[in-house]
Amino acid sequence: MTHGAPVSFWSRVFSTDHKTIAKQYLFTGVAMAFLGGILAQIMRLQLANPGHPVPGLGVVQGIKYNATVTMHGTVMIFWVAMPLLLGAFGNFLIPLMVGTRDMAFPRLNMISYWTFFLSTLVLIASFLVPGGPSPVGWTAYPPLSSNPAYSSNVWGVHLWILAVALELVAFLMGGINYITTAINLRAPGMRMRDLPLIVWMQVAASIIFLFSVGPLVAGAVMLLLDRTAGTGFYNPAAGGDPLLFQHLFWFFGHPEVYVLLLPGLGIVAEILPVFSRKPIFGYRMIVWSTIATGLLSFIVWAHHQFVSGIDPRLAAPFSLTTILISVPVAVTLFCFMATLYRGSIELKTPMLFALGMMGVFLIGGVTGILNGSAAADIYIHDTYFVVAHFHYALIPPVFFSLFAGIYYWYPKMFGRMMNETLGRLHFWGTFVFVNMTFLPMFVMGLRGYPRRVYDPSQFAALGNMSGMQWIATIGTAGLLLSQVPLLVNFFGSMKRGRVAGANPWRANTLEWLAPSPPPHGNFDEIPSVYRWAYEYSAPGRDEDWHPQHVAPPDRALARKAG
Amino acid sequence: MDHWLPQAASTYAPDIDGLIWMITAIVGVWFLVAEAVLLFFVVKYRKRSGRTAAYVTGDRRKQIAWILVPCAAILACDLIIDGASAHVWDKMKQTEPKPELTVRIQGQQWAWIFSHPGPDGQLDTSDDVVAMNEVHVPVNAVVRFELRSNDTLHSLWIPELRLKQDAVPGRTIYGWFEATKPGSYGVLCAELCGAAHGLMRGTLTVDGPGAYRSWLAASAPPAAEPAAVAPSEAGAEAPSTPAPAGAVAR
Repeated sequence: MTHGAPVSFWSRVFSTDHKTIAKQYLFTGVAMAFLGGILAQIMRLQLANPGHPVPGLGVVQGIKYNATVTMHGTVMIFWVAMPLLLGAFGNFLIPLMVGTRDMAFPRLNMISYWTFFLSTLVLIASFLVPGGPSPVGWTAYPPLSSNPAYSSNVWGVHLWILAVALELVAFLMGGINYITTAINLRAPGMRMRDLPLIVWMQVAASIIFLFSVGPLVAGAVMLLLDRTAGTGFYNPAAGGDPLLFQHLFWFFGHPEVYVLLLPGLGIVAEILPVFSRKPIFGYRMIVWSTIATGLLSFIVWAHHQFVSGIDPRLAAPFSLTTILISVPVAVTLFCFMATLYRGSIELKTPMLFALGMMGVFLIGGVTGILNGSAAADIYIHDTYFVVAHFHYALIPPVFFSLFAGIYYWYPKMFGRMMNETLGRLHFWGTFVFVNMTFLPMFVMGLRGYPRRVYDPSQFAALGNMSGMQWIATIGTAGLLLSQVPLLVNFFGSMKRGRVAGANPWRANTLEWLAPSPPPHGNFDEIPSVYRWAYEYSAPGRDEDWHPQHVAPPDRALARKAG
Repeated sequence: MDHWLPQAASTYAPDIDGLIWMITAIVGVWFLVAEAVLLFFVVKYRKRSGRTAAYVTGDRRKQIAWILVPCAAILACDLIIDGASAHVWDKMKQTEPKPELTVRIQGQQWAWIFSHPGPDGQLDTSDDVVAMNEVHVPVNAVVRFELRSNDTLHSLWIPELRLKQDAVPGRTIYGWFEATKPGSYGVLCAELCGAAHGLMRGTLTVDGPGAYRSWLAASAPPAAEPAAVAPSEAGAEAPSTPAPAGAVAR
């Protein structure tokens, strides 16, 4: 391959190397995460001080507040969670872990990132157009979104639709690469059951995305046509139906939750065995429950619509499927917990975040049952209870897993170790402040506080919650500040970190065979695979790990002889 | 319990509350047990010198049972929750008791418009009482509502009644409630509906039977005739309420 050869600036920017593309996704996603976090802080400050100005922004109310809510959700789902979990980790890990030199379609991969980059520019541009960014909610329900007269916004919503559509196209191209690479480019000897779980989960997520995204793109195109060409897909006066969009949106929107959850679980699945020096417990059960989760995720979408006016007879089946999805997810979590059993657990920063992911995600998981019950949802729907629930369901796989993954694979990405003390500080800050921010929202939601309202003081009849609003607001500020140690650690360790070596964690998977950081082409010689990914503490061996590429003694002898 | 949820002021509110607490209790137990096991393992199996990890892959039948038996228990809990939930849903949504009166509720940017039948008991007659952001109903009476929207989505949200229902332009959505406690309650909007979504709010007043009749009489439109002449006008072509654009019965 080309490593060692001089590389021009432009071919480094428009790189087809999966690792460079992964870093591009990583940096774009992290930058957007700060944008999303600042938007959250603006909302929280407004909610804690109803009627008072937010420093520098005036009173964030009406359209302004709605636009803040909309862009926070949009940015966090489409421009943070997806580029980080799929774009960064999927790109970086899949070729390395299956033992190949690059993605199956490197050029498509590059186009995928630059399409995503373009979508980012379009989204940023929507902040600058007259009328500001879209104020119609990240779900963009028509007729509010389809008729500019209702939202008083023309260009913001236009650009929002365009940006989201481009973003979906980008990840569609990425997903094709992930699936093809994992299936076709595995190193010699690597069976599907030798694949690390994160590769399974990335592929499952990509397949779910592939099958669910079509209806949303169609829905978005119809929305754009309703806005620009005078069609009436969602306009009842012209024979259309606003509920159509909700079905198309959630047919994508709910599987999307699992598109984010699965790679997050995958990161945890890689870290637990390494830091407890034990094989992953129940590899097959995890794979099967991943597949079951993926299938079930396609038939739960109407649980977002229990009070939307759908036929009441639909509630029971969708309630059933929604609540049943707890079973495969529980299988995976229980297998993770059983992996710890009789292990030798070392609480390094990646492990802290992996365990934190499980502990915090449990809250999101169990509260989902309340939303899944159609009758209970009548009360809870569109209250702060739901806000608390989905943050507890998404922050663990998106941020805890992201951080776990950064601390774990940083040595591979940049060749140096990150600082443990700063890492621990980052973990405890994040853990405490996430709970401080979102636990009060369960309480407010149970009192009946609705979402997306900028002045909570008008619900005084439901109980005075201004203390809780303040706790949540301080929690958000603390959460943002807790990311400072990460930034210091991340950029500081590039120069000052201890040199990592190829395999600092004594891990089995193939990415640790490649040099740190891996050169273009990854491996000097394509490895052969002799065993599954989780052979830790196997009886009869001196070392407590046994990499996938190390030939058994008889084979090694045969090779030397040959 | 009273501290956590607003007071329960409809016949089905206690059912929903019971369901919420039942689910909370079930998942709460699972949550605590799972967190305890997780924490116990992390403490108990911390790295110590002289001890190595065990080689346990979870492929043996007995090991698989560690996972699948608790998951079967989860499945059983799920089905119990589903059953209880379907029961409450059925009571609220699929069995409608005979209504004593029907009110029409229209959401629009950014107000609720309530049409009460006048003394004739019929909507769309000249004695209808139409009020902006104000609705009165008698206590302990089954009230049927016809919910419409004149523009975007809205969602009728009366926390004390445990009632939430989206209003969808182009549809009339029917529902019911029976308020059990006199008093006034906020009528909020729970679906993002534009700039002043957060200010869209009305008041539901649950009156004693006498108070309801006198409110109705006091609020009667000037031209209203005594009840005797009204029934013939039931279903009249020209409704006195602002007709929602494009609204049709489903």
